[in-house]
Amino acid sequence: MRALNRIFTRVLNFTTRRRGDDRLREEIESHIAARTEENIRAGMTPEEARRHARLTFGGAETVREDYHAEKGLPFVENLLRDVRYALRVLRKSPAFTVVALLTLMLGIGANVVVFGVLNAVLLHPLEVSDPESLYQIRHKQWMSGRLLTTSYPAFEDFRRRNTTFSGMAGIYGYSHAALSWRNAVIKVHGDEVSGNYFDVLGVQPEIGRFFHAADEHGPDSAPYVVLSEALWQSAFHADRGVVGTTVELDKHPFTVVGVAPARFHGAERFVWPDYWMPMVNEEPVERFDYLHSRTSITVTVIGRLKAGVTPQWATENLNAIGAELAKEYPETDDGQPLRLIHPGLLGDNGDVIRGFLWSVTLLPLLVLAAACANLATLFAARAADRSRELALRVALGASRPRLVRQLLTEAVMVSLMGGAAGLGSAGLLLGVLNRSQPFVGELTVSLDARVYLAGLVLTLGSALLFGMAPAWQTWQHTPLQMMKSGTAEARPLGRFALRDLLLGAQIAICTLLVTASLVAVRGMVRALDVPLGFQPRGAMLADIDLSQEGQAGDAAVEKKKAMIEAVRSIPGVTAAGTVSRTPFTGGIHGIPIFRPGTTEFKINNSVLATYGYRMSPGYLEAAGTRLLGGRDVSWHDTAQTPYVAIVNQTFARKMWGETTAMGQRFILNGNLTEVVGVAQDGKYHDLEESPQPAVYLPLSQSEQSETVFVVRSRRAPSEMAAALERTLSGIEPNVPITVQNWQDAVEGELFPARAATVALGVMGLLAAMLAVTGIFGMAAYSVSRRKKELGIRVALGARQTQVMSAAVGRPMVLLGVGSMVGLLSGVFASRLLGQIVYRANPRDPVVVGGAVLTMALLGVAASAIPAWRALALDPSKLMREE
Amino acid sequence: MLVNQMKQKKDVHQGTLALMVLKTLEVLGPLHGYGVARRIEQISGDLLAVNQGTLYPVLLRLEQEGAVASEWGTSGNNRRARFYRLTRAGHKLLGAEKRDWEQTAAIVARFFEVKAQDLA
Repeated sequence: MRALNRIFTRVLNFTTRRRGDDRLREEIESHIAARTEENIRAGMTPEEARRHARLTFGGAETVREDYHAEKGLPFVENLLRDVRYALRVLRKSPAFTVVALLTLMLGIGANVVVFGVLNAVLLHPLEVSDPESLYQIRHKQWMSGRLLTTSYPAFEDFRRRNTTFSGMAGIYGYSHAALSWRNAVIKVHGDEVSGNYFDVLGVQPEIGRFFHAADEHGPDSAPYVVLSEALWQSAFHADRGVVGTTVELDKHPFTVVGVAPARFHGAERFVWPDYWMPMVNEEPVERFDYLHSRTSITVTVIGRLKAGVTPQWATENLNAIGAELAKEYPETDDGQPLRLIHPGLLGDNGDVIRGFLWSVTLLPLLVLAAACANLATLFAARAADRSRELALRVALGASRPRLVRQLLTEAVMVSLMGGAAGLGSAGLLLGVLNRSQPFVGELTVSLDARVYLAGLVLTLGSALLFGMAPAWQTWQHTPLQMMKSGTAEARPLGRFALRDLLLGAQIAICTLLVTASLVAVRGMVRALDVPLGFQPRGAMLADIDLSQEGQAGDAAVEKKKAMIEAVRSIPGVTAAGTVSRTPFTGGIHGIPIFRPGTTEFKINNSVLATYGYRMSPGYLEAAGTRLLGGRDVSWHDTAQTPYVAIVNQTFARKMWGETTAMGQRFILNGNLTEVVGVAQDGKYHDLEESPQPAVYLPLSQSEQSETVFVVRSRRAPSEMAAALERTLSGIEPNVPITVQNWQDAVEGELFPARAATVALGVMGLLAAMLAVTGIFGMAAYSVSRRKKELGIRVALGARQTQVMSAAVGRPMVLLGVGSMVGLLSGVFASRLLGQIVYRANPRDPVVVGGAVLTMALLGVAASAIPAWRALALDPSKLMREE
Repeated sequence: MLVNQMKQKKDVHQGTLALMVLKTLEVLGPLHGYGVARRIEQISGDLLAVNQGTLYPVLLRLEQEGAVASEWGTSGNNRRARFYRLTRAGHKLLGAEKRDWEQTAAIVARFFEVKAQDLA
């Protein structure tokens, strides 16, 4: 209690800056005066009396200090004094301070941005209760289009028979619909989920309620929809009255029962559904029944483990059920082994994304390490220059810990300011990134407590890293030595110094980063060179949802035909056609192909799993996909004529090898289909895929509601967009139409490569800057340090080359050694780079040569000025100095 | 090492000094700093013959702990001086410290009285 009271008073004194100085002074005066009077009365002379009074009082200064120490918070006061002093010192050398701050700002900023992304993607749990016990079922191998999904009946079997999950929910994540509310129609996408979905995830509604398992009583029994917060805000203007009203999804009425909380975006991180509806009501929206078919493999399964059940145990349980199912339904269920993964990262891509992000995290850390090495050199050099001042302070009674503390305070000040600037700029950059949404899918990266903490740790960590060097140096020196030798270095110059080591390490790291960015640029160039198999330049896409028009069969085909004709008659259009989905936008993957004569259509009997596109005549021409032989499909290929298809080269080669594909037959969807044409290969899912088989089917022989118009024209995209929209909405009013430039749409696919290149390029640039400042600093420092010696050498007739090598020889040697180490580590880091960059190859001679050349140029550029200065030394002038 | 020893010695000194200050204020009532110093000097002799200034940090500390209160007043010879008086808490503190001190002193005294044969 007493101690507490004291601390409180001290803090109060400290904060209110109440100084008892006046009071103490007055008390001392009064004390001495009283004593003096008494002494005089005792018979001393006034002078003697005063002297005696002072003597008995003791050292007034010591008393004052003790008094002070009692009064306030000496530790904090000292710290404040250190901080003030550090600020003064830093202000005295603004160039140094600015360089140090910028270096740190860039280093820490880069780390914060990357850590922010890492945090948002990997470290942030999904917004569900107890995300740790939530698992997703994944098949062991990608086979015939199924990896994460299973059929609805199989899902029901798993759900009923398992003994290890407390709940298991199914998700159909590909639901698209036209949502109409009060005459407004917008296109939305969402999840169709089993009734227990929200209960399994443990999410509570923002307003209204969620649907539950008890709401389901067989097909079409639960016409309910839950809106996402984002959709509720944008389309319903956050109107609370919307709960209980009816909206239409693809012209079928659904009752809005509730709105999900803003933080909840389903079980995937990158795909945020607009709505959730019960799976039992899927048919009106999907227009096909997947609830009763074991061949429609569309349902993603997530489940929550019972308390105490290990994933291992649950996996065995599921595999046992899978084996049972394979026995019961040998036609459809293959009993493929399953494993459990945490949901959120698009299933199979999780490992890739994780590896990518962890490796990306390493790079800015390397930049920061290089920056710290750089700053350590700078600070150490400064401490050496200030050795006279430091020696003076030691002579005046400063203890060594006190000096080290002072130097560390300076380092911490610089790093705190740099860190704050870094955090600020990272925040701004992330804000821009969030607004422009360059990430694949949807992702918001925000600075939360964890990111701030990481920033602080990095800041203080780097302060320690670069602050230790000068502190250690100061600790090593004795004051006497410092006084005696003035600014000279204690060690002979020939020896291997701490600074050399730091610079070497820095150059090695920088070479590694420069190599990495060159590798990234090469990868990017390669990615741009990959033939896509279509020509996005000059083509427009119009996405139009004809599904809800309710027309089927011939009428729908006729309608599309009329629309294509109308589009083709727009002036400037050279080709037009429709396709179910353009490459890179998902579409159907893994359609099983059977040889003619197959009777059992089991997945295991299929010979190929292929991409499939349903298109109108003219699509290939509009897309710029070359037809290598045969004919295009035509409107005369109808349900009454034999089934035909165009296949790509890979399809033809895999099926029939060298024999000509034309006229060959295969079975697709149970129809014996004849190949009438061969088209060039292309990329269908991503740029990195190996050549994949693809098949194009005429739309007049298959029912297909998804339609994208591909229109090639000679006119400017903006003009064309307007004309297209006018024409199409003239034919089909009240249907949502999205028109975009194909080029822009494809850009998204190049985003990862581009982002990696930009990120690595920026890192490489930062590294190069650091290398330049490091080498420059070192060379300039050694020249200024050895001015006198060099002057004497010049006066004694040293040749220019000798002066040069004395001045900048050491940085050059370090550059060479450091670069070698960096290049070698680049080669060893190829696996790491491979995770970031498409087809990374650090052993590529162009990359190695480029890195060597870059480092050499940097070295020359950085040491040119110091070398020139060394040559321009005027010995006569120098000799007179000092 | 040396610093540590010095610090400890000072703490002991301050502790006894605080006790003396409290006792002086109890006996003599409100008193200014010089008065306290003079009184301690008279009684203890050399303890406060020099460095009387060390009294003031002790007074401040006691004041911060709430054991004494102070205010400006006029001394006997019409000089402005700060007068210290014992508070209620100070009385209590003095009582406690006194008991502590007596206990400690008694124990130490007994140790000094003990002879080798007593321990046998």
